[in-house]
Amino acid sequence: MLSKRIIPCLDVKEGRVVKGIQFVDIRDAGDPVELAKVYDEQGADELVFLDISATHEGKKTMIDVVRSVASELAIPFTVGGGIRSLEDIKETLRNGADKVSLNSSAVNRPELLTEGADYFGSQCIVVAIDARFDEEWGTWRVYTRGGRTPSEWKVTEWAEEAVRRGAGEILLTSMNKDGEKTGFDLPLLEAVQDVVNVPVIASGGAGSSEHFYDVFTEVDADAALAASIFHYKETSVANVKAYLKEKGVIVR
Amino acid sequence: MIGIIDYGMGNLFSVSKALERLKVPYIFGERPAEIENCDGYILPGVGAFPDAMKALEEHGFIPFIKEKVKAGVPIYGICLGMQLLFEASEEGGETEGLGLFPGKIVRFPGVNEQGKSYKVPHMGWNKMNLLQPEEPLLSDVKEDYVYFVHSFVVQTSDPSILYATADYHLEVPAIVGRNNLVASQFHPEKSGRAGMQLLENFCKVMVKQ
Repeated sequence: MLSKRIIPCLDVKEGRVVKGIQFVDIRDAGDPVELAKVYDEQGADELVFLDISATHEGKKTMIDVVRSVASELAIPFTVGGGIRSLEDIKETLRNGADKVSLNSSAVNRPELLTEGADYFGSQCIVVAIDARFDEEWGTWRVYTRGGRTPSEWKVTEWAEEAVRRGAGEILLTSMNKDGEKTGFDLPLLEAVQDVVNVPVIASGGAGSSEHFYDVFTEVDADAALAASIFHYKETSVANVKAYLKEKGVIVR
Repeated sequence: MIGIIDYGMGNLFSVSKALERLKVPYIFGERPAEIENCDGYILPGVGAFPDAMKALEEHGFIPFIKEKVKAGVPIYGICLGMQLLFEASEEGGETEGLGLFPGKIVRFPGVNEQGKSYKVPHMGWNKMNLLQPEEPLLSDVKEDYVYFVHSFVVQTSDPSILYATADYHLEVPAIVGRNNLVASQFHPEKSGRAGMQLLENFCKVMVKQ
């Protein structure tokens, strides 16, 4: 059977890795290729690079990062941030990325998911969803533009629509939990897992190995993503995997 | 020299960089004439089966691949490049493949024998069961994890071509082969140490680079 995946996420701005605490406060945590190699050695199953400068600046630096990572590593990686057209998808995949993740651009124009899936197959197309619990709605609302703009989508409806349009995987970030280090948002993950039949990557809230255990055993997420706890060496991918293995979770 | 068959449907960059890490010389060819005299070939592939067959035909590679296989030249099909080697696929309607291996490509049913649904694509690291570990392609390869990402799967009634499988609600052909023609459903260049070992075996043991 498939092993549970641990995925470090690297937010990249101007070719450097940064991590926004709750999407606002940004600190510099290093060189993407060097960090990628460290994570590979620690047993990371996959990497995600989110280009957070892409909406404002050119994407050329990011393509260089993609090429360097693909040249030096033998594990799959996903690239997101500012991918807005089929041309962008093609350029990213042809330079060595295995998947692209589409967030705001997919909400703005859901056809993009279909175009990408028709051309490269659903397995290359990840829909990244940022969701925050909406008290008024009594459910989670999807946000775009790095969490700045509320959309009219309920998270479960958007997840279903995105999969119907061709997304082959969902990267689901809880804005309520992001940066809090109090554990993944299990109710949110459960709600989305209930309505789709593609792999779901849990994101937002990882603070300890136990949190990974909870997300894999309580809601059966396929993969879990984290950034700051790995970047700032609060724990390592190897430690998390050793803990999971000891507790009987299948990891590579 | 390894010839990488470039018919516009692959992630050629990653596989070429993996060959560079192994210090294996390679060239790309968009037409058979450009890679006529290579010692071995890699047939990559990402995308949909019908598009890929059409592209192979437009680039003139269909007779080329068949002739090379017949002549005993080592060829390694990767991912969709593996699926193309079979007789047909049901992806996007029934499409004829190269017919070099018996069997066809079907979509994962997404429902198991007990009627319980499971996720498609088959995506992530899964452990291989080596069925023919004595094959040269599998030298020093262990029953390790490799990275799968596919919605369609090989269905064959000929177990003799199965070098390795993985379990995902059904027995997934992971590595297939017969003499000089080998292929893997997963991308060896994205499958960590085991994948790199396979690629190295293909280039150094089978092609003797």
